[in-house]
Amino acid sequence: MSVALRRLVVSNLQVNLHHVTRVEGHGNIVIDVKGGRLDTCRFDVVETPRFFEAMLRGRPYQDASHITSRICGICAVGHATTSLRATENALGIVPSEQTVLLRKLNFFGEILDSHVLHVMMLVAPDLLGVGSVIPLARTAPTVVGRALRMKKLAGDLCRAICGRHTHPLSLTVGGFAHFPTLDELSDLRARLEAMRGDIDDTVELLSSLTFPEFERDTEYIALYKPDEYAFIDGDLRSSDGGTWPATEYRQITNEHVVAHSSAKHTSHNRDSYMVGALARFNLNHEQLCPAATLAAQALGLKPKCTNPYFNTVAQLVEIVHAAHESIWLIDSLLARGIQIEEPVRPKQLSGEGVGVCEVPRGTLFHRYIIENGSIVAADCVIPTGQNLANIEADMRALVPEILELPREDIVLKLEMLVRAYDPCISCSTHLVDVKFLE
Amino acid sequence: MTDAKKPLPKVGFFDFTSCEGCQLTVVDCLQTHPELLDVIDIVEFREAMTGHAERYDIAFIEGSCTRPSDEERLASIRARATVVVALGACAHIAGINAIRNNMSLAEVRNIVYGTEGDKFESYPARPIGTVIKVDFMVPGCPISSEEFLQIVTVLLQGRSPELPDYPVCIECKLRETVCVYHRGRTCLGPVTRAGCRAICPAAGYECVGCRGLTSNPNLESLEQVMAEHGLKSDAMQSRLDMFLAWEMNERRAKEASRE
Repeated sequence: MSVALRRLVVSNLQVNLHHVTRVEGHGNIVIDVKGGRLDTCRFDVVETPRFFEAMLRGRPYQDASHITSRICGICAVGHATTSLRATENALGIVPSEQTVLLRKLNFFGEILDSHVLHVMMLVAPDLLGVGSVIPLARTAPTVVGRALRMKKLAGDLCRAICGRHTHPLSLTVGGFAHFPTLDELSDLRARLEAMRGDIDDTVELLSSLTFPEFERDTEYIALYKPDEYAFIDGDLRSSDGGTWPATEYRQITNEHVVAHSSAKHTSHNRDSYMVGALARFNLNHEQLCPAATLAAQALGLKPKCTNPYFNTVAQLVEIVHAAHESIWLIDSLLARGIQIEEPVRPKQLSGEGVGVCEVPRGTLFHRYIIENGSIVAADCVIPTGQNLANIEADMRALVPEILELPREDIVLKLEMLVRAYDPCISCSTHLVDVKFLE
Repeated sequence: MTDAKKPLPKVGFFDFTSCEGCQLTVVDCLQTHPELLDVIDIVEFREAMTGHAERYDIAFIEGSCTRPSDEERLASIRARATVVVALGACAHIAGINAIRNNMSLAEVRNIVYGTEGDKFESYPARPIGTVIKVDFMVPGCPISSEEFLQIVTVLLQGRSPELPDYPVCIECKLRETVCVYHRGRTCLGPVTRAGCRAICPAAGYECVGCRGLTSNPNLESLEQVMAEHGLKSDAMQSRLDMFLAWEMNERRAKEASRE
């Protein structure tokens, strides 16, 4: 078909892709082009509302991390950790140094697990031209084998620290209810060392693959800490300038309900902003470990990167960072020895606290008001929710650029765009399908 | 080895209101036991792959039914499946989704979405077994990978999987974990269906009942145990209303109708 003819055909393009696959949760992409003009462009969140903020009301503060980890099976450790930090800040609890180290190690386990799942099992099939990881296992068994080994190690790391990845057992307000043994830590260290080959091969593979070309500058927001690439706690920083304490998060998020989405939208300086691996890289790249900086160079990822498809690349850079930092953390723990310590007890049983973490998909906030040991109000703002408006803005910019392509390529590019954000829809409903209306 | 002439059983995975953590556990099982793919043909698994099928030998369903449109989708899956298996606590006993069943829907909507709450269809969370016939279940939040593999193996052999009907306490004693009550905390081990190898008390947490009640739970005795350890009955109530809110409400409704 000639380009001119194709343009004629798609001048009335309607896409209605119901339930985007290879994402966590339910969402639809809806595109309607009338007479060559983009009329409708939406990313609908059709996941059922889950009402977590209501579920927490009236419950003892000790339950919050166990209930909120159930917001999401992929970032269960992230939700639990953020929840614990909110509770601890509300009740005047300062966790021990050992707790901080163990939580960080546990967090790296989840970053590894979630990023490996997304980069190698959910996105790689698109780049290698197959429908899913299952045929990929037949066409590229070494790639899948690598992913499986890395994911298994990430899962075992979480299991050693918190009992299990989905849903953590030993994470508790003020500390830990169970501790890894020095032998378990030494074994994990040896396996992380052995994983370097798999990581190098993955960096080499991804640097040989072509990501769609598309640039759109937006506001990037991530946590910032002066002394490290922030994942747990920190201040909020914007690529448009400005730093805010986490307690002021509502100035950034400005959540609002939109009709086509059971996940609330957010906006700050512009109509939308982006959180996640690419935002973290753009803001905090100077704090990556040397191996991750080298990987970014090898992958052609340079700050400030404004191609959202490169979120996947930034995730791989973070895989490198998390693996190296985990080894360093284990060395510190082995040198210190593991103390079987009681969780730090609350100073008071009433108070208000905000917890903030960079979970795999971006900045996560939990805020609780606790009275006499019971939660009376809760607010959870989830990364995918914050990215929704930005995904729609990307689609509005992208569709006119790709209208000349065959319809199936348009659908694929849109699906790949949504998947690049690694949306976690169960999380954000408190979200993904592509609908071409017809 | 695979018999080239005999088609593999077609298996589909579906999700309703849930965190999709049980499907992730299935993905983990496929990683640790890739030979599963030699004996089943996964024809639908939205979280992990692109694809759609018309018939399933086994349909695994995760999540609770929380709105009228879920009922239609459940009925359509049931109509296309030979065997339906509830996957995890949300599908089996409505899980933590049922916490909100004890609040009014208007209140719950208002808390989360403010005045815009009525834009989204929703009703009290219920197990999928209240809407369609469910043949078997894999309990737990999330499911245990060992138990899932065991149940799949039994189903592939054409037999019916059976769940233990004794409490978690038995498994806890077998692994010699210090009793949670001795640590001064509440535990639902005495009334919860075993099969999880009592991993929660072993990891320093407590049993919260995610696998559902045994067929004949001794709740009176549980209250006594709690009293003996100086724990108030409201502590027990708050525990029973976490994973077991739907089951407890059903029990109360049955008792009320008997009186």
